[in-house]
Amino acid sequence: MTTRVADASDQPALIEIENLTKRFGAFTAVDNVSFTVRRGEVLGFLGPNGAGKSTTMRMLAGFMIPTAGTARIQGHDVQTDSVAARRVLGFLPEGAPTYPEMSVEGFLRFCARVRGFSGTELTDRVDHALGLTTLQAVRLQPVETLSKGFKRRVGLAQALLHDPPVLVLDEPTDGLDPNQKHEVRGLIERMAPDKAIVISTHILEEVDAVCSRAIIIAGGRVVADATPAELERLHPSGRLEDVFRSLTMPEAA
Amino acid sequence: MSKVLVVAERELRGYFATPVATVFIVIFLVLQGALTFNLGGFFDRGQADLNPFFTFIPWVFLLLIPAITMRLWAEERRLGTIELLLTLPITQGQAVLGKFLAAWAFCAIALALTFPFVIAVNILGAPDNGVIASGYVGCLLVAGAFLSVGAAMSALTRNQVIAFVLAVAICFVFAVASNPIVNDFLSNSIPALGEFARRLAVIDRFTDFTRGIVSLRDVIYFSTFIGFFLFLNTVLVDQRKAD
Repeated sequence: MTTRVADASDQPALIEIENLTKRFGAFTAVDNVSFTVRRGEVLGFLGPNGAGKSTTMRMLAGFMIPTAGTARIQGHDVQTDSVAARRVLGFLPEGAPTYPEMSVEGFLRFCARVRGFSGTELTDRVDHALGLTTLQAVRLQPVETLSKGFKRRVGLAQALLHDPPVLVLDEPTDGLDPNQKHEVRGLIERMAPDKAIVISTHILEEVDAVCSRAIIIAGGRVVADATPAELERLHPSGRLEDVFRSLTMPEAA
Repeated sequence: MSKVLVVAERELRGYFATPVATVFIVIFLVLQGALTFNLGGFFDRGQADLNPFFTFIPWVFLLLIPAITMRLWAEERRLGTIELLLTLPITQGQAVLGKFLAAWAFCAIALALTFPFVIAVNILGAPDNGVIASGYVGCLLVAGAFLSVGAAMSALTRNQVIAFVLAVAICFVFAVASNPIVNDFLSNSIPALGEFARRLAVIDRFTDFTRGIVSLRDVIYFSTFIGFFLFLNTVLVDQRKAD
């Protein structure tokens, strides 16, 4: 287990979220969330189901319109300058949606063409992304015939196509087998120095494995923002699981 | 524009990757053929033109085009791919236009497959092929108008049945607005509205095309009609994409 200490304070902030709030009617899904992520950081975004993780990520990707607050990616406001913001963003939406009737390669070529690549560069980009996610063997298969773990990796490949400086991955390892999880974590670790990465996860061991920092969100509010090592010290047992429980279900503490 | 075409191309391939394309084209050709030959009396009229064909085609479109468009945005929502598509670096307008152009191109393909009618009248007599050509342009514009309505309705609701029914209803209103029964009633009760309805009606404009009249006014009418509903579509996608 790496316990990498975040030393990114001199790096530029690539993700800036300020007072982001989302209400659905009377229900507040995300309540005044603020944080920044600098280059070199891997932020683990933790929280129970329905805590507002995906909603925050959707707003960050410019898909959902915030009720209040702003988000910026490399200085581009995701609402007012959204195309520029999305150009430097690699986003894996929740559930890794893909067009089922397309082949893996066809799907990635589509994404690359929308991103403005053509000719040999397009082919190189797609080949590189297929290589990173070890999808070469299934490149011609229709996505709908693939298992959950492969589909997840197709979504991941799509987010990595353009080698973006900012990666926002909603549960990138969900549905992967232990070997694939290990591979994806290795991939994230290798990319980490040059990028600002946000991953949401339920798997607490993952936070120890790849994240330099973790934010715990519960009921739409940030309840903790620290390095994994600091978080572990918050509970006498020193286990992230207990910290998570005590922060997200106060009555269980 | 190139990004619009990339979206449109993917979408159009999608039609042919599923049975949607085959079912639609077969039903369209069978229905259109049956109406033209049986109800339209294609042979009995003894005239080498495509009038019976053109008379029925807006009504066939009225039924079938909402069936194409009802899945346009609903399907993206169901698969979750709307989140992927709209977080790629394209504007919502580009996505809306791409999807619309794909559906329109698909209708053009279906329409092109009615070519045996054209061959038949040319073998049987000496029709005015200019009139036939302008009739086909009219068909394409009516298809575009109905498609733009249906696409907007598909963005309005995630329920495909509701999208279909709303699209048929709205297209129907625009189709019958110039019909004498409707129009006489309107003119007698609210004269201003009768005139207004006649100007908004799709069928009268289309009839001009089938007579070989391509007027700038009609072209502007269809462009405005399609433009308005595509704009509405963009607004609806923006407001409801994450619902």
